[in-house]
Amino acid sequence: MNKKRNTVIAALLLLAALALILILERILPPTHIALAVLKKGCIYSLVAVSMNLLNGFTGLFSLGQAGFMLIGAYTYAVLTIPAADRGSVYMYYGGGIIHFSVPVIVGLLAAGLLAALFAWLIGLPVLRLKSDYLAIATLGFAEIIRAFFQWDELGVITNGSNMLRKYPSFSTTLYPFIVSAVCIGIMVLIINSSYGRAFKAIRDDEIAAEAMGINLAKHKRMAFCISSFFAGIGGALLAMYQTSIQAATFRSSMTYEILLIVVIGGLGSVTGSCIASFLFIASSEWWLRFLDTEMTIGNFHVPLLRAGFRKVVFSVIIMAIVLFARNGIMGNREFSINGIFRFFKNPGKKKEVKQ
Amino acid sequence: MSANVLRVNDVTMQFGGVVAVDNLSLEVNEGEIVALIGPNGAGKTTAFNCITGVYEPTNGSVSFCGTEIVESYPHGKMKKLYRGENAGKYAKRILPTPDKITKEGIARTFQNIRLFSSMTVFENVLIAKHMRAKQNLFTAAFHLNHAEEARMRAETLELLKMQNLDHLKDEIAGSLPYGIQRRLEIARALATEPKLLLLDEPAAGMNPQETQELAEFILQIRETYHLTIFIIEHHMDLVMQISDRVYVLDFGKLLAHGTPDEIQNNQHVIDAYLGVSEDA
Ligand SMILES: Nc1ncnc2c1ncn2[C@@H]1O[C@H](COP(=O)(O)OP(=O)(O)OP(=O)(O)O)[C@@H](O)[C@H]1O
Ligand SMILES: [Mg+2]
Repeated sequence: MNKKRNTVIAALLLLAALALILILERILPPTHIALAVLKKGCIYSLVAVSMNLLNGFTGLFSLGQAGFMLIGAYTYAVLTIPAADRGSVYMYYGGGIIHFSVPVIVGLLAAGLLAALFAWLIGLPVLRLKSDYLAIATLGFAEIIRAFFQWDELGVITNGSNMLRKYPSFSTTLYPFIVSAVCIGIMVLIINSSYGRAFKAIRDDEIAAEAMGINLAKHKRMAFCISSFFAGIGGALLAMYQTSIQAATFRSSMTYEILLIVVIGGLGSVTGSCIASFLFIASSEWWLRFLDTEMTIGNFHVPLLRAGFRKVVFSVIIMAIVLFARNGIMGNREFSINGIFRFFKNPGKKKEVKQ
Repeated sequence: MSANVLRVNDVTMQFGGVVAVDNLSLEVNEGEIVALIGPNGAGKTTAFNCITGVYEPTNGSVSFCGTEIVESYPHGKMKKLYRGENAGKYAKRILPTPDKITKEGIARTFQNIRLFSSMTVFENVLIAKHMRAKQNLFTAAFHLNHAEEARMRAETLELLKMQNLDHLKDEIAGSLPYGIQRRLEIARALATEPKLLLLDEPAAGMNPQETQELAEFILQIRETYHLTIFIIEHHMDLVMQISDRVYVLDFGKLLAHGTPDEIQNNQHVIDAYLGVSEDA
């Protein structure tokens, strides 16, 4: 009963968000920053949830997300550039060696699959490592991948260190919204399934999980591949959003940004990751922007405001959140209507865990 | 009738220069409750870890219901370091991961309780059903396995009811009182449908009344689930009351073995262990 009601409410919320996007697209000029924030927020939500699946739900501290996004972005771009445009995109490499292009949806799937394949390949050696070593190994992997994709010898496929462009992208916010929503929905289904429970068991206690008959190697690898699959699709969406990409964009700082979002939203909370993504993108790209412009009120010149100050304030806010709200916005709870009712009924008491 | 369920052959576990378990051989027969006792640091938990695949024994083998499940011999740098006996006797290396051994039918609990502390009581037990389920990622995620999932949930609820834990099913495991956590850990082990149950100090931290209840509980689950039980315990009342046979370990070596009566009157055991732990 309750479960059914929650599903209905979730569907209504999604519809409301969809309607809001449609209205905003009508009334705002297409270049308005709010629309850019929404698009990027959707993409970051997807990537943050995929990272949370690994770091928050399975307890594997991996820092390879930017690497898998890069694989996804490149796979998508390389496969979908129209054959007619390849000459100009690959002008330093004689038009490249690929002379076909696939439909967008195939490109997106291939992006996820190739990222997952890489995860599968490096998973076996890397996932044996414990915590910090795993983090270092995956971070190293991401850096190597970035260098690898810029390697001149591969230029006929990856265009070396030059940009890839002219692949199909999207103009409406609905596109990243729908793709991300579907992907996040699938991840939620996985998390709530028997496999999701196995992942959480591994997070809580590896030795006990193994004693309960859970094959650690298999399940860790599975979580790693699923996470990378969706990071790959996220990377492809980011490529679409930016309309041109370059391997150099996918630095480790991108992984740190996503990790911050995951931590701010709460390790082990899908809704937390989504809320945090939008807040993070909106603050870093929009709401704090006024701090970068000098301002004079009457004849009072507001001190400190100048180019770059936004970044300082932003870092301070992040530090405050990490220091004072260590469990993030949501802890490991999920946002739910019931939770809100409970919260207002007994404001003193913390929200209880759903499910 | 009394077929051999567990047989440990010449198992030695050496950590660097420390021989934690030294040439241990023992057997546990079907339907028995067998105790493993000995002073702190005698190597009891280490012996369990060798049986369940947590550690790879340095030498020796373990068989379960007649099939060899673990075997190893000194190799690598242990070839030189090895200080135990029977060095040339074993030539194979069979080293399954602990999950394989659980699947064979050996379940265990841990000396320092290891529950999935952020999950509910129900989920803690439900996890055990994952291993034998036929689902795959796709069918599980898209609810194509609902019959199986429903069966897993029904079995879990059934087990919790039998253990009188069903009223706590939605509680978070980590927030339960200690005694209940111990019981939950046993329930979770039972959910893996074992033939052999290994209990590592299940009565640790319990008062005499709770210990007595635990004794009855162990006897009762042996009947209900047709179990064979191998138990490590320091509470001598419990050991003497429920076990059919007792093995005594001291500094990794088998010091004595026999019925509870024989052990209580064995001078070596009294000197090495029972004498000092009267009030433990
Ligand atoms: N992983 C390990 N590495 C090194 N030494 C170990 C390891 N595990 C156990 N030991 C050592 O092996 C010896 C036996 O330990 P074990 O935990 O098996 O004792 P125990 O009989 O279970 O004692 P207790 O009654 O205190 O639980 C100890 O000296 C311990 O320090
Ligand atoms: Mg012990």
